[in-house]
Amino acid sequence: MSLGSNPLRDAQDRRLPRIAGPCSLILFGVTGDLARKKLIPAVYDLANRGLLPPGFALVGFARQDFGHQEFKSLIKKAAKEGARTPWRETVWKQLVAGIRFVPGEFDDDAAWERLGATMHELDEQQGTNGNHAFYLSIPPALFPVVVSQLKKHGLATSDNGWRRVVIEKPFGHDLTSARELNEIVGGVFPPESVFRIDHYLGKETVQNILAFRFANGMFEPIWNGNYVDHVQITMAEDIGIGTRAGYYDGIGAARDVIQNHLLQLMALIAMEEPVSFKASSLRIEKQKILANARPAPRLDFHTAHAQYVAGWAGGEKVVGYLEEQGIPKSSNTETYAAVRIDIATRRWAGVPFYLRTGKRLGRRVTEVAVVFKRAPHQPFSKHDVEELGKNALVMRIQPDEGVTLRFGAKVPGTTMEIRDVLMDFAYGGAFVESSPEAYERLILDVLLGDPPLFPQTEEVELAWEILDPVIEHWSRQKTIDTYTSGTWGPASADEMIARDGRAWRRP
Amino acid sequence: MEITLEKTTSAAIARAMVKARIAAGSPAMDMVLTALVITDNETVGEALKTAATLSREHPSRVLGIVLGDGRGAPRVNAKVRVGENSAGESVLLRLSGPLVKHADSVVLPLLLPDSPVVAWWPRNSPTNPSDDAIGRLAQRRLTDAESSNSPIRALKATARHYVPGDTDLTWTRLTPWRAVLAAALDQSSGKVTGGSVEFRPGNPVATLLIAWLESRLRVPITQRRGDKDQISKVVLHMADGDVTIERIDETSCHFSVPGSAPREVPLGRRTLAELLAEDLRRLDADNIYAATVKHLLA
Repeated sequence: MSLGSNPLRDAQDRRLPRIAGPCSLILFGVTGDLARKKLIPAVYDLANRGLLPPGFALVGFARQDFGHQEFKSLIKKAAKEGARTPWRETVWKQLVAGIRFVPGEFDDDAAWERLGATMHELDEQQGTNGNHAFYLSIPPALFPVVVSQLKKHGLATSDNGWRRVVIEKPFGHDLTSARELNEIVGGVFPPESVFRIDHYLGKETVQNILAFRFANGMFEPIWNGNYVDHVQITMAEDIGIGTRAGYYDGIGAARDVIQNHLLQLMALIAMEEPVSFKASSLRIEKQKILANARPAPRLDFHTAHAQYVAGWAGGEKVVGYLEEQGIPKSSNTETYAAVRIDIATRRWAGVPFYLRTGKRLGRRVTEVAVVFKRAPHQPFSKHDVEELGKNALVMRIQPDEGVTLRFGAKVPGTTMEIRDVLMDFAYGGAFVESSPEAYERLILDVLLGDPPLFPQTEEVELAWEILDPVIEHWSRQKTIDTYTSGTWGPASADEMIARDGRAWRRP
Repeated sequence: MEITLEKTTSAAIARAMVKARIAAGSPAMDMVLTALVITDNETVGEALKTAATLSREHPSRVLGIVLGDGRGAPRVNAKVRVGENSAGESVLLRLSGPLVKHADSVVLPLLLPDSPVVAWWPRNSPTNPSDDAIGRLAQRRLTDAESSNSPIRALKATARHYVPGDTDLTWTRLTPWRAVLAAALDQSSGKVTGGSVEFRPGNPVATLLIAWLESRLRVPITQRRGDKDQISKVVLHMADGDVTIERIDETSCHFSVPGSAPREVPLGRRTLAELLAEDLRRLDADNIYAATVKHLLA
């Protein structure tokens, strides 16, 4: 039933939470890391905040043969360990009534019949009314079999309710594979029913980029090539690849992070003002940017990639990438990637966007720094402003969410001495408790059918079109540069940006 | 850091706040609002503790105001506190003598510049908060009928003077009930033809719930006598059956809508800090509350 026809709901009544309608979430890969650490806790947190409908159902589908009790205690343990909000037995009691488990192999038709029967039973008992979301928390190689089984057993469509499918990155490993994946999923589910989760886009601070840009009057006039010198987008991790060797090797930093998170951030920073905040309007603007963004023409001058080698990181002695467990000694996979992207629009012509990401860097930080041009004339002597850098506006995405403004100020004293100072706004301080985990927001959006934060086929394909030439260029090289763990990346990355007369920020 | 000031002025208090802030190591202040807590000697400790918890979600400058004896010479005593396990800063002001009638003159210079001001009366709320000396300084005025001896009379009295920005916490206490009922109607189709609410007489939350249901559904809702502290049962009649929400214990209820199996939903009491946090998320006028109190008085 829609919001309009419920007399107790009113658009003006903003105290009432957005509660998803009756539905179920069907998790494939329910025993995996992501499900255990993020998805199940997020479901509990949503329930605890009162945002799930009464009678919400959670169905797990997995190879293991759990008993129902065993499965429930597994979910309870995961929820308890990962939940952000306090544990309440009453909330759990509400949730547990809707938990079901379906054991089986993906190629076993009988298992899919059981799943269908379970969904039917939920419609009857829990009142899910034919509304079901399939969450594919499984390796992409398994998508074809799952999606075709859903279709074969008539589970992908429904006469009375909705069916949605949620997939996680990676959305392919190049343009061709991304297209194949889109064809497989798109052949069964219509585009508006496919939700691609990029958990970065669910972060409050990322959404705040839109609020910051379009709710304020003072930034828009300088948000262009007349005032902006360049933009640096950084996502740095202090950890190594950990236990992800199997996934990471052969994929590398560019495919893992730049293709999705960093190019999406770039699109949000660079896009024109959307005519509304509807999903379709936002998408149009993001697509315009992605369609006109290209890596700098000289790939040998303006890209850098490297692997970390053993060193000391944050007081700990750590091994290099090639010594990590499960990594072949001959691996050429990059753990650091930096590219310069040029956007051919009137607003951004001549303003390079430097994107970098890496593992085992100085510290864990994600930020977008918009660096402004120097004032055209300064009535001070050269010595007065020796220590003055360029003004910068930094959106700190994580950790320590907030906004920093860097500008010059006079050092107290009798001489005129101007130096950079920082002005901080911290969300950490301002809106602590209301800052939900990204997955909560995204799962709720899936259940509500609210798609603005999910990239669609075109965006995914455009992002690969930007990145494919860079990866191809790197694959032609026999050797790969290295950097010591715990530092801010290889010398080649510093040289790459120095060629343009600029330097990386130390985030 | 804590600074105690006796026989002082607003200017001295403001200086003490800057001093305490620098001593706490952070000259920056990313506070989003000023909270005025108007209270008495008995409740001041508990009220300021609640306000400090609230500061974690809405970092604020909390000004606790205790109005003392109206006799004797005008006198301001203050205690300034910055840091110490809370975001933001707090000042406890004890006013006596003729100042009791001019508290606003002490408070005005201490408000954060150009940001919202919220006034909260944990008890003894004025019947006309927007005409109160302190209330006039605030955009949002939070009263609490439940703290008075005669909650329903207090609720109606403040409702009579409603202006945008006023909220009685009774309304905030009602939100979980409203959310569950709205979810129930999300799951059923058809028109509500009537209903009832069961509660012990004198429960302001239930009184407001009836007013809200009647103003939204435009059907009469009857009262039934219950014996529990909380609302014990709500029934909405529809063509294909009843929506029933019935209390099991203090924290949960049975929930049943036509066409699906009954189940349990959590529906408990929230702490004052949680109520205030909900209220401070929105600083604009609450039109639905306005319509509900209008119906309550009609």
